[in-house]
Amino acid sequence: MSDDTSPGCATTAAAGSGGSSGKVRAPVSSSGDGGSFTAHPDQVLENVIENVLVFLTSRRDRSTVSLVCKSWYRAEAYTRSDLFIGNCYAIAPNRVTNRFKRIRSVSLKGKPRFADFSLLPADWGAYFTRWVHAMSLAYRALEKIYLKRMSVTDDDLSVIARSFPCFKELVLVCCEGFGTSGLAVVVSECRNLRVLELIEDEVSDDETDWISCFPEGTTNLESLCFDCVEAEVNFDALEKLVARSPMLKKLKLNMFVSIGELYRLVVRAPQLTHLGTGAFNPLVEIGQQQGDNQELDYTSLFAACKSIVCLSGFREIAPEYFPTIVPLCGNLTSLNLSYANVNAEQFKPVIRHCHKLQVFWAMDSICDEGLQAVADTCKDLRELRVFPVDPHEYDEGPVSEVGLLAISLGCRKLQSILYFCQQMTNAAVIAMSKNCPDLVVFRLCIIGRYRPDRVTGEPMDEGFGAIVKNCKKLTRLAVSGLLTDKAFSYIGQYGKLVRTLSVAFAGDSDAGLKSVLEGCTNLQKLEIRDSPFGDSGLQPGLHQFYNMRFVWMSSCRVTRQWCLEVARRLPKLVVEVFSRDEEEGERGDFVETLYMYRSLDGPRPDAPQFVEIL
Amino acid sequence: MDLINFEATELRLGLPGSTDEWDKKSTASPVNTNNKRSSSEMGSSVSDETGSSRSPSLAKAQVVGWPPVRSYRKNIIQGKKSESESGSGMYVKVSMVGAPYLRKVDLKVYKSYDELLKGLQDMFKCNIGLYSEKEGYKSEFAPTYEDKDGDWMLLGDVPWDMFLTSCRRLRIMKSCEVIES
Repeated sequence: MSDDTSPGCATTAAAGSGGSSGKVRAPVSSSGDGGSFTAHPDQVLENVIENVLVFLTSRRDRSTVSLVCKSWYRAEAYTRSDLFIGNCYAIAPNRVTNRFKRIRSVSLKGKPRFADFSLLPADWGAYFTRWVHAMSLAYRALEKIYLKRMSVTDDDLSVIARSFPCFKELVLVCCEGFGTSGLAVVVSECRNLRVLELIEDEVSDDETDWISCFPEGTTNLESLCFDCVEAEVNFDALEKLVARSPMLKKLKLNMFVSIGELYRLVVRAPQLTHLGTGAFNPLVEIGQQQGDNQELDYTSLFAACKSIVCLSGFREIAPEYFPTIVPLCGNLTSLNLSYANVNAEQFKPVIRHCHKLQVFWAMDSICDEGLQAVADTCKDLRELRVFPVDPHEYDEGPVSEVGLLAISLGCRKLQSILYFCQQMTNAAVIAMSKNCPDLVVFRLCIIGRYRPDRVTGEPMDEGFGAIVKNCKKLTRLAVSGLLTDKAFSYIGQYGKLVRTLSVAFAGDSDAGLKSVLEGCTNLQKLEIRDSPFGDSGLQPGLHQFYNMRFVWMSSCRVTRQWCLEVARRLPKLVVEVFSRDEEEGERGDFVETLYMYRSLDGPRPDAPQFVEIL
Repeated sequence: MDLINFEATELRLGLPGSTDEWDKKSTASPVNTNNKRSSSEMGSSVSDETGSSRSPSLAKAQVVGWPPVRSYRKNIIQGKKSESESGSGMYVKVSMVGAPYLRKVDLKVYKSYDELLKGLQDMFKCNIGLYSEKEGYKSEFAPTYEDKDGDWMLLGDVPWDMFLTSCRRLRIMKSCEVIES
């Protein structure tokens, strides 16, 4: 469930590893083609290399290999089967299809992350269309597609369905632009479909009964996740589908599936390992169908599910049913309650059974008290995310430094944390930095902007400073609260492995940004909003921007002149400048949003009117 | 003559019925964070400040995209909030002749048959028409419901409140299929 972070240098298909000028070796036609049949030593070597490279899966290694010599470049291109493109605009589709001929799996990422928070205007881009068309011609053997933050249309889905006879896996994360009719085409025409996972997408309800479109007979389905689809599904068809899918391991239902319907599905799929429970609610007022649902023995049902290790859903949870999952808890390694508005009293009797839990997502409705219970029981916890029930600024909230401290004391193996709260102290953050040395991801969001340490009244500099100093494996950091330039000088000084940095409403001056760009040598993704950083803060980054995936600065103090200058000096950088509609013309010299990224193929052809590419 | 219900006419930023318990603790905080930053870029990303007569929390401006919670998650949360205040929703299944799938509708959202019918018409893109005691519905569709005794009744036969307590599910049938009682 954690965010996918990519290793630094091999983020685009053709760019070399760090420091190179981004030259691309045009694929040279092989010297062995149709030539003599004597065993030319080079050819023998190339064959040997190919056979070895088939086993090489790491992107970074493959990138390095391709730089050794032309022969190795060709061999690597011939044997690469997994394509990962971290920014769909960093390279043109045909450059990719020209170089790699035998791709089985494609991962593409599109919009910058701040798009999730309405900071990117609609119709900005990241269209899958030109990619799917290029791939439909070049990669007939394609089996898997993974897309994140892309704009995907129903037509695109049709192209997938028609073009790839071996197609097996479709995973769409945070995508939009398609609907249930597109899904219907995929499920009916991809006869080998094993995995269909829709994760936090916006799926429009075209009122198509897509679940009924799966072909008759036994399916190969291993994973079916549609918890984000806000449209009723035909339950009878779903039940029959589950019954004829003996390989099904992952099933994540949407909020329209009642707990009674869940029962009927789980009974038919005792081999499930990952279950998204849907509404977890009878969905009818208890008084009306008294006896109908309450007669079902959910506790026994779940007791029989020995394989379930990952539980999520609870979209409309009726808390009185919550204890029925207790028999499952001892086996769970992952529990996602981030849509379940349960309080501490309801939560504690359940969590105390979850000894093996490694991943836990929750709402802050469980309060500091609930977090203490997690700390008491979940000694193996690796990842924690706590989301706010009420995402507004208040003076107090249900979770605070108390919960953070408790977690740090109880969950020593913690690697990744995302924590929303209203108040925090340096002491708690410092404690976490010392108690949880394995932290790789530290994202603290103090919802109250510019909040200082609640006890001392001081900025939160020392807390975040301790994190970068003590957590030697840290690669991803998000900061908040009242922060001066000092915090950023700590980050620059100690955050040598940091690849992703998110900043909002922080800092005093350009000195802060300078420290970061001068110090964080491994920085890949920088996203900043509403902070007093500008041209001179960005200046030290000039030597680094080609090594980065992107830089995002919105509502800061970057001038248009500086953007023009950097676009001129770094021709392989695409410098996009745009506004949200209502900000038009209010900012004088300063640009509203700067989004810049390296690209081998220059400015994108599909930029909308409101985006200016300098 | 009724006295004016001042509470009902009070303008608030919260959802109807919400009391915002966290709000009760929002007396003047030790550090007034609102005034800390006066630089222009804060103003540019912040929409209009509302009146300062309310508590500091409610009066704070709504900042775009803050806190960084995905809008998908925010919608769910807001939905939950209103549900927990008004009691759990009263969802019943609705089926329609010719449609291959069921929908669910929350009866508590509607105050009368008129509203419910309008909602159903929007949902299924059909025209059901008006109810009359003598003649039922003057269209090709007849909305019916199954009551707690298992009997199928024409929508509108009983008073709304009685309907709410007895309705188990809804079905929109063709008028010609409805048997006159």
